[in-house]
Amino acid sequence: MPPGTQPRPGHPPAWRLPAAVFAGGAAGGLARVGVVRATHPGPDAFPWPTFAINVVGTVLLGLLVVRLTERLPPSTFRRPLLCTGFCGALTTFSTVQVETIRLARGGHAVLAAGYASATIAAGFAGIVLATAAMRRTWAVR
Amino acid sequence: MSGAELWPAIAVLGGLGAVGRYGVDRAIERRTSTLFPAGTLVVNVSGAFLLGVLAGRGVGGTGVLLAGTAVLGSYTTFSTWMFETVRLAEDGEEALALANLALGLAAGLAAAGLGWALGAVL
Repeated sequence: MPPGTQPRPGHPPAWRLPAAVFAGGAAGGLARVGVVRATHPGPDAFPWPTFAINVVGTVLLGLLVVRLTERLPPSTFRRPLLCTGFCGALTTFSTVQVETIRLARGGHAVLAAGYASATIAAGFAGIVLATAAMRRTWAVR
Repeated sequence: MSGAELWPAIAVLGGLGAVGRYGVDRAIERRTSTLFPAGTLVVNVSGAFLLGVLAGRGVGGTGVLLAGTAVLGSYTTFSTWMFETVRLAEDGEEALALANLALGLAAGLAAAGLGWALGAVL
């Protein structure tokens, strides 16, 4: 790429970054829908498919961000494709909120509180542990 | 529509949901100068509200699969919310990290509950 045409942070090419987000989002959305359609926990049970997807996607994001931003040479498209697109769409916030409300409305207030708390605790721990593991793994090479 | 015919639509809608999140997040981050990740908060709370409306209206089957699970599921994100929270804490902004968690959860639940109530009477 000749000098001057390199995309600067904050000034990416108009359509290429959204295209990368779209591709990653399509794959992440498909994976999530695939898991959701294959599992039927029922409206009164702990929504473990959403919980599992969110924890897996969050750990993956923690690993990817360190690898892409701290270990590999800069790339314009890997982060929008894999982080914003794939991990962003694989995991979901809205479903957690609506599942929590559904449990609470169904008279399962304790389960609802437990579900929301467990999701946040596992997600937070997932990022912390994934980040630490990735930094340790790649620091020794 | 049978199951197999839905997968291309789910892929396209999931991709569009993610692009919508990217666009809203960028538009908000461009207008704010704080460390607080307001873009993700607005995306997540608005998406929780809309999914609440669908749930309150009793939209089921293919409708909620496409508009809810595919579009709004991809539009909102849990992983970025967690990542931005941990990053704030790592950077010594513990108060902002805690506020991001508390505000996201409280506003998300309020929005989903409000949307549900609204969807039920629409």
